Amino acid sequence: MKARILGLAAFAACLAMPVYAAVALSDAAGSYTISPSGSSIRFTIGKAGGGGFDGAFGRFKGTIRIDNGDVGRSKVDLTIYPESVGTGQGRIDAFLRSDAVFDAANNPEIQFRSTNVTRTGDTTALVTGRLTARGKTFPEKFTAELGGLKGGTIKFHVTGKVLRSRYGMDVGTPLYSNVVDFDMTLMGKRG
Amino acid sequence: MQSIINTSTRYGWAMIILHWLIGVIFIGQFVLGYVMMRTPSQRTSFELIQLHKSFGFLLLGLIILRIAWRLRNAAPALPASVGMLERRTAPLAHFALYAFQIALPLSGWALVSVSTLEIPTMPFNLFVMPNLPLTESDASESFWTSAHWYLAYAGIALVALHVLAALRHHFLLRDSVLARMITPSSGGE
Repeated sequence: MKARILGLAAFAACLAMPVYAAVALSDAAGSYTISPSGSSIRFTIGKAGGGGFDGAFGRFKGTIRIDNGDVGRSKVDLTIYPESVGTGQGRIDAFLRSDAVFDAANNPEIQFRSTNVTRTGDTTALVTGRLTARGKTFPEKFTAELGGLKGGTIKFHVTGKVLRSRYGMDVGTPLYSNVVDFDMTLMGKRG
Repeated sequence: MQSIINTSTRYGWAMIILHWLIGVIFIGQFVLGYVMMRTPSQRTSFELIQLHKSFGFLLLGLIILRIAWRLRNAAPALPASVGMLERRTAPLAHFALYAFQIALPLSGWALVSVSTLEIPTMPFNLFVMPNLPLTESDASESFWTSAHWYLAYAGIALVALHVLAALRHHFLLRDSVLARMITPSSGGE
């Protein structure tokens, strides 16, 4: 029985894929702190008539714990500070921070706590968890792909779709899609 | 059927309905525009602005219909009692009213077209209205915001003059000028 790794990273090692052959389970297992440098949390919302608008959160923190014994027990915790939202357009940023959308003054944190991690491929996994924003919590799922493990640094590419209306952020629909496409690069440093 | 079109002394239903519909929406748009810029809630403000855009396009459609109708169907002559000065200035005031009815929605359309916020326009959430072929920039947005604002205040001042003139005709001069814009049965000499 191959050892199962928590988190997404070590899946590759399980299969001894050539690219990740160097990643041994024992190497990937452990706790990582998400590093703001090298990480990004970007999102896109489609617009009626085509195109969309992009934004990113500048401040966030989190941890990734890869369990050496049971993949399903891997954990991902992520806290995003909506005050740090940036779209390149100051008026839109102010709108997003206001009570029209994030209400950042009263809800300074958006939190994601994983509840389950399921391997879906050689280097991919489905992370399900609970997302809390504006006091509302719903289950969400994200796809994570291992990007690499080098030194004490592990990298994941995470994507997922979130329906903003459930979190009291439906303003602007249908001009702006209800679906928020997330595209994150999470760089974790061991320790 | 006869009462739909104007005659030489009476307004038909088509002009009467278009006149009041446009008048009510025009004044409503002024109030909505005033309120939406002063609403503290960003969300409510955003939604009111979208509503203002929807009614603006409705207004533009109605006024195009009205001008087309007017070009094919001349307005009735003024009652004989109307003096020479008014006989000359009233058409100018009416022309100016038409000009504002066209200029206001168009300046609003220009404003949303050049806005760097790039907010799409969907009148009443029915369809996407394309932008005018204008280049977006902060400077253009600021120009059209001012233009729309000045046109709105000048337009509402003209409407106030128009309303006062109509009331003068009805209550002081006691002629048929206001009444014939209410029903085609009024206005016969």
